[in-house]
Amino acid sequence: MTSLADYRESRELLTHLTLRELRGKYKRSTLGWAWSLLNPLSTMLIFTIVFRVFFRAEAPEGSPSGLSSFALFLLCGLLPWNFLTNSVFGSLGTVIGNASLIRKTYFPRELLVVSQVASWIVSFLLELSLLAVILLIVGNMVLPLVPVVLALVVVLALFATGLSLALSVFNVFFRDVQHFVGIFFQAWFYLSPIVYSVDLVPERHAIFGTDVPLRAIYKWNPMAAFAEAFRDCLYHLRLPSLSTFAYLVTIAVATFLLGLFIFGRFEGRLAEEL
Amino acid sequence: MSEPSIVVEGVSKRFRLYHERNQSLKVALLRGRRAVVDEFWALRDVSFEVPQGSSFGLIGENGSGKSTLLKCMARILRPETGSISVVGKVSALLELGAGFHPELSGRENVFLNGAILGLPQKELQRKFDEIVAFAGLEQFIDQPVKNYSSGMYVRLGFSVAINVDPDVLLVDEVLAVGDEVFQRKCNEKFADLKSRGKTIVLVSHAMTSVHNICDRVAWLDHGQVKMVDAARKVVDEYVGAVQVDRTVDGEDGGERWGSGEARVETVELLDANGSSVSRIRTGEAATIRLHYRFHEPVDKPVFAVTIQTLDGTHVSGPTTRDADQVPDRLLGAGYVDLTFDRMMLLPGTFDINVSIQDYSCLHPYDFRHKVLRFDVEPGEPHESFGLVALGGRWARTEDTGTEETT
Repeated sequence: MTSLADYRESRELLTHLTLRELRGKYKRSTLGWAWSLLNPLSTMLIFTIVFRVFFRAEAPEGSPSGLSSFALFLLCGLLPWNFLTNSVFGSLGTVIGNASLIRKTYFPRELLVVSQVASWIVSFLLELSLLAVILLIVGNMVLPLVPVVLALVVVLALFATGLSLALSVFNVFFRDVQHFVGIFFQAWFYLSPIVYSVDLVPERHAIFGTDVPLRAIYKWNPMAAFAEAFRDCLYHLRLPSLSTFAYLVTIAVATFLLGLFIFGRFEGRLAEEL
Repeated sequence: MSEPSIVVEGVSKRFRLYHERNQSLKVALLRGRRAVVDEFWALRDVSFEVPQGSSFGLIGENGSGKSTLLKCMARILRPETGSISVVGKVSALLELGAGFHPELSGRENVFLNGAILGLPQKELQRKFDEIVAFAGLEQFIDQPVKNYSSGMYVRLGFSVAINVDPDVLLVDEVLAVGDEVFQRKCNEKFADLKSRGKTIVLVSHAMTSVHNICDRVAWLDHGQVKMVDAARKVVDEYVGAVQVDRTVDGEDGGERWGSGEARVETVELLDANGSSVSRIRTGEAATIRLHYRFHEPVDKPVFAVTIQTLDGTHVSGPTTRDADQVPDRLLGAGYVDLTFDRMMLLPGTFDINVSIQDYSCLHPYDFRHKVLRFDVEPGEPHESFGLVALGGRWARTEDTGTEETT
């Protein structure tokens, strides 16, 4: 068993599965790939109307960019978030949905999840490109920070892959996982600074009479850190702090390795459990 | 036979049977573990070797673990204990269509399947036409496979699996599907693979194809190896052990007509020992016994037997009139034996029709259609094609006079 040949075969299969995902995603829909962009745009529109118009939320002023737009502020956090949820839910579905492939053929099963994430990276990059174009039009010179954004995409992808691997294999053994994940992600969304700014989270807050350093705890949420880092680059036009970046890399690599380990433990029994 | 291509060593595989297939956290939390399970050992301590360049059969009754073993070889299932080592690239064809995606077109599925089986894209592109032509699906290759018939499905799956140039080909029970032309193509491909030193493992219930294709056979019984030996030996043993009794009396099955003065009460097939059977072997002695009863005296009654195949072809139709053994008059009960010293039917399933008629053979007193069905198992002489063995002998003589180089 030459691992080099295995690796080459795996890479080809991964390309293949990813292309299949991408081709199949909007098959038979008239608008096709436009949906990839229409989805986040419609979400943006809804949240902007609700929070900007009804709640009169002010968009924080970008520093040093000086930009002030709630819609763009929202998009900078929403796109990474969408990428994560799409990857995780896509992976939950893909392992169940490809049951016949798993039961009847052998291939490294991780590739199903990885290809799912990879296909969402493509959508994510497309959305980010559109966002960058809009930002450039309104005068935010994001181009110098593009390499940092791409690095963030890679780190977030690692994080998403780890999470997807673990959850998708659990889901085969306990089908409740998908419902649980649904609720969990809803809570997570509102506990992350997507529709609001971290500044809104109180520095300290009394819970049951105990004074809690709420914002410090809040910032440990990886998605809070990710949203902030993307926003730093795209909205504020500044580099994320080195400590944030280090934290993100650590948590992403750890999640990825843990996911890979968990998936590897249970992978062997997938064919009989599906 | 050089070094083995597949080594199976002490393999055991356990399945968990859930009483309530309730994969929920609630159950897990309440019971402290994952639902109540029964364990079922599909394979127990299975060991054997498959020599390189041979074709190897796995036989056994339903539930004996053949398919499980094949899936373990294909790395789809992971055995609890033991190990299976396979040398070279494995291509597995399990059940119908080896994991096609119904929404994708035949073309896309070929590429996907090829990628799964580990064939590089370039080579796949080169072989694409060959694969499609082998399956005979040129017209339909851009249709989604969900619109395919099951035969088309299997043909395409088989074509991909066999054309990726595997070192080891694992095949589960697919040869039964597809028309005769396709089956012949498959057999040719098998022979071709074998001649190039590739290994084939075949799981099948069709003893004739196991017999024809395989060199060696392992017989699995309730997850354990009962016998591993040359194909003919194992198949013969297996067929002998697995006697499925057919209903001897076809009263409910076949049609019956006639004027009724005389009746055939029952028909039996007897083997060489005189015991009633539903299976015999080519070349063995056999007797068809007609129990009759004449309610009224009948002059010159003729007994007739015809043997036909399932598709209605008459193989033979002896009568007592042709044999010049017609009694002047019969009344009461008795039986008539039609004895074959050597039953020369080749393996297959046959039906017996019997009748009692008047001497002109125009008026039936009793005619019973398909009154008894029986199977013929491989025996001696062994021939692969046709319905009967005619007992021909081969001889070869070399020309002695000519001085040609050899």
